[in-house]
Amino acid sequence: MTTTEPKRTERFEDNDQKPVGYGRMLRKEDPRFVRGKGRYVDDVQLPGMLHLAILRSPMAHARIVSVDTSAAEALPHVHAVVTGTMLADKGLAWMPTLSNDVQSVLATDKVRFQGQEVAFVVADDRYTARDALELIDVEYDPLDPVMDVRKALDEAAPVVRDEIEGKTDNHIFDWETGDAGATEKVFAKADVVVSEDIVYPRVHPAPMETCGAVADYDAVDGRLTLWSTTQAPHAHRTLYALVAGLPEHKIRIISPDIGGGFGGKVPIYPGYVCSIVASLVTGKPVKWMEDRSENLTSTGFARDYVMRGEIAATKEGKILAIRTHVLADHGAFNGVAAPVKYPAGFFGVFTGSYDLEAAYCSMSAVYTNKAPGGVAYACSFRITEAVYLVERMVSRLADELGVDQAQLRLDNFLRPDQFPYTTKTGWVYDSGNYEPTMRKAMEIAGYEQLRREQEQKRARGEIMGIGVSFFTEAVGAGPRKDMDILGLGMADGCELRVHPTGKAVVRLSVQTQGQGHETTFAQIVAEELGIPPADIDVVHGDTDQTPFGLGTYGSRSTPVSGAAAALVSRKVRDKAKLIASGMLEVSIADLEWEKGRFQVAGDPEQSVTIQDIAMRAHGAGDLPEGIEGGLEAQICYNPENLTYPHGAYICVVDIDPGTAHVTVRRFIAVDDCGTRINPMIIEGQVHGGLTDGVGMALMEMIAFDSDGNCLGGSLMDYLIPTALEVPDWETGYTVTPSPHHPIGAKGVGESATVGSPPAIVNAVIDALRPFGVHHADMPLTPSRVWEAMCGNPQPPI
Amino acid sequence: MQVTMAVNGVEVTREIEGRLLLVHFLRDHLGLTGTHWGCDTSNCGTCVVWLDGEPVKSCTVLAASAGGHEVRTVEGLEHDGELDPIQQGFVECHGLQCGFCTPGMLMTGRALLDRNPHPTDEQVREAISGQICRCTGYATIVRSVQWAAAHPDGAEATEPDVTDSEAVPSGSAS
Repeated sequence: MTTTEPKRTERFEDNDQKPVGYGRMLRKEDPRFVRGKGRYVDDVQLPGMLHLAILRSPMAHARIVSVDTSAAEALPHVHAVVTGTMLADKGLAWMPTLSNDVQSVLATDKVRFQGQEVAFVVADDRYTARDALELIDVEYDPLDPVMDVRKALDEAAPVVRDEIEGKTDNHIFDWETGDAGATEKVFAKADVVVSEDIVYPRVHPAPMETCGAVADYDAVDGRLTLWSTTQAPHAHRTLYALVAGLPEHKIRIISPDIGGGFGGKVPIYPGYVCSIVASLVTGKPVKWMEDRSENLTSTGFARDYVMRGEIAATKEGKILAIRTHVLADHGAFNGVAAPVKYPAGFFGVFTGSYDLEAAYCSMSAVYTNKAPGGVAYACSFRITEAVYLVERMVSRLADELGVDQAQLRLDNFLRPDQFPYTTKTGWVYDSGNYEPTMRKAMEIAGYEQLRREQEQKRARGEIMGIGVSFFTEAVGAGPRKDMDILGLGMADGCELRVHPTGKAVVRLSVQTQGQGHETTFAQIVAEELGIPPADIDVVHGDTDQTPFGLGTYGSRSTPVSGAAAALVSRKVRDKAKLIASGMLEVSIADLEWEKGRFQVAGDPEQSVTIQDIAMRAHGAGDLPEGIEGGLEAQICYNPENLTYPHGAYICVVDIDPGTAHVTVRRFIAVDDCGTRINPMIIEGQVHGGLTDGVGMALMEMIAFDSDGNCLGGSLMDYLIPTALEVPDWETGYTVTPSPHHPIGAKGVGESATVGSPPAIVNAVIDALRPFGVHHADMPLTPSRVWEAMCGNPQPPI
Repeated sequence: MQVTMAVNGVEVTREIEGRLLLVHFLRDHLGLTGTHWGCDTSNCGTCVVWLDGEPVKSCTVLAASAGGHEVRTVEGLEHDGELDPIQQGFVECHGLQCGFCTPGMLMTGRALLDRNPHPTDEQVREAISGQICRCTGYATIVRSVQWAAAHPDGAEATEPDVTDSEAVPSGSAS
């Protein structure tokens, strides 16, 4: 599928900027995974464990007339059948969402989306539990569903949430940011104004492991242990304490190996709560593991923004202002995962990487009869939508002005001397140096040569496109003064113990779903203390074993928890220095730190290693006055600001003139995530995100018919890229450290998912310019591209 | 009904329901949880095992129909405690992240190399195209299979945990 020899390795020109001690290191977690010895939730087997299955609504909107469970209860090997009415008796029929709304655990009054939880069965094995579901007889009284987000606010629209007292419409919230008046003034005087209707369709994280839990309630000591597919075990523990009324110190959440999260495992789903209830009711451990259809139809979707974008510029190509109005489809319950003060997540960074005179966004969020959630799918709180909007509009402007996409960006970038830069919507970008990143991507791509090739191909009637995007992300939520999730500040704890023999254990409040924390965090501690990474164990994903913190999503592990790991190491080092001064009988002012040891300034022969110090800290000898024994520390890190990674992406596509099939021939990604800890892992994070981008741009969409049936409920219908749909990625990097992060790292887990869709769409639109196409929405499937080529591009919803 | 099959070279006999899927037989009845269950439609390939040496999706094979045949799973890839080169390749080339698709990818990769010891990148992509990885973007999986092709006897050093490290630990002044 490639016509250009792909380049296989990263470009390491910037190795001189690489901090000492970090670098490529094979992952500590891999030996268990390649042996099939990973331990995921569904691998947990407990003595006497029962299995839970959930009955889901076949309808998008209907009143529940009756639920008859008698036949299911009579089936041998069935232990319990539980309905919404029964949960209501326990006060558990509803639970809070991450956005201060409530969500039905099991429906009581009516069902509000296809796939909604209606009842559950607990049985001896998973097959019998599913047999019993077939025997539950539910009578529904169908209602008209609200499926078209554009009509959700019509007066005649059925009311999805009529259980909310006084609720007579489907409106959730209005939100705005920026200065409407100032923006209007800039638009009024601008030489050029371009506007476009842009849809970011509903997609789904679809991790390879679906969601599930094993709940084990011990009635004797009142302890609940929950193995759960969660990206945020500590936050979940607190929320279960608040919802179920269990004392928090009696709840232990274990998030073992997780088969991918991508944001989909941030929320609490009804299935988790049902598992807990089932264990309470039966007195036995209970496992719930959803199947793929349940995963796609009921757990957290992402995006679903209908946007009107406007961009204003001078005729010379100076971008002046961006304005947008967004209609946000939140589904049947507002379950958006975002800090409380940010109902639209970090969509406010839609001003992009450019120096604007003004910007304004208004937004309305509505209920529809679709699955709730609104999680970030590998994206820091709606930044994917923001970056897509601005990067489509900038390319659309380039199209209008007849200038090159890359050049227009180069001409409008924020300059390095403008950082820290406060955007027109109030975000403070910590650092950035955009032009070298863009130039590097153009150099790897051979941009000028590609443009010549395109010209020649066009002359021959071939359809080739080149797309450019440039993103600035806001990741690492966040400063607790203004970021919390349901009242929990977004800080992260870290605890470090150095044992007498100099081996260490570091305990994190975040946990990995494949990002390689067991390796990266060992490297961070190794860098700070000089203890080899192999001698450092990383403990995570167990609330009994780790300090409190908000978990892994929004690319926050390295920006927040990584900072905590560095600072806790420095705390240990500070104590080690005091002990070393006693051991070497010099004042601490005479000590210097060098490669895992303290030595006497001017006399490096006189030194003690961190291992010597660890033994002394735990040993029988005297310690300096006032120093306690032991060598350990704990910290809770509250970030001063978010971090703002950036990147330049270039995509080359070929379109088959006969079938309109889009082939991504090349993709060049140059990322700047600040200090790079493990380049191998960073490259892997980027590759995965780029593949997500191809999926969203060309294949993935959770669609519905007008009756409310989900048309993306299996992997036969919801298409995810395989090895044949993606090219061999070409990556590069620049390094602009974060000034406020202790090691200068910014986070990279989601950059590529954020930055790649606009590059791909811009490439397709660039390819279709001879057909007079200015915009077409994702997913750019052959039929949709064909419609565009025929002059009739249709929105996907 | 009773079923007997050889799993990773060991004969096993169990009483099962006729409708039991091979993936659940392996996981729930034999405790071989390296084989995963990721979809219900034969699309994801996390459940790939070998049936008489051929990769199959064990979510669409009845355990009963595997009776009398030889099944090999990811747990059966090692040789006397030594990783197979395909397993080493995935460690060396970062061919996995969350690890969920990895057992299936390993089984397909090994089967490919057994038939075609020196595949092209395109042939590797074709071989794994019935399987989904949501983390890696596939390029490192292709590299991993090619690493195994280039090292048919495995790595010289069989210590895959922390090697090839540029990360010589050292501290920075505080």
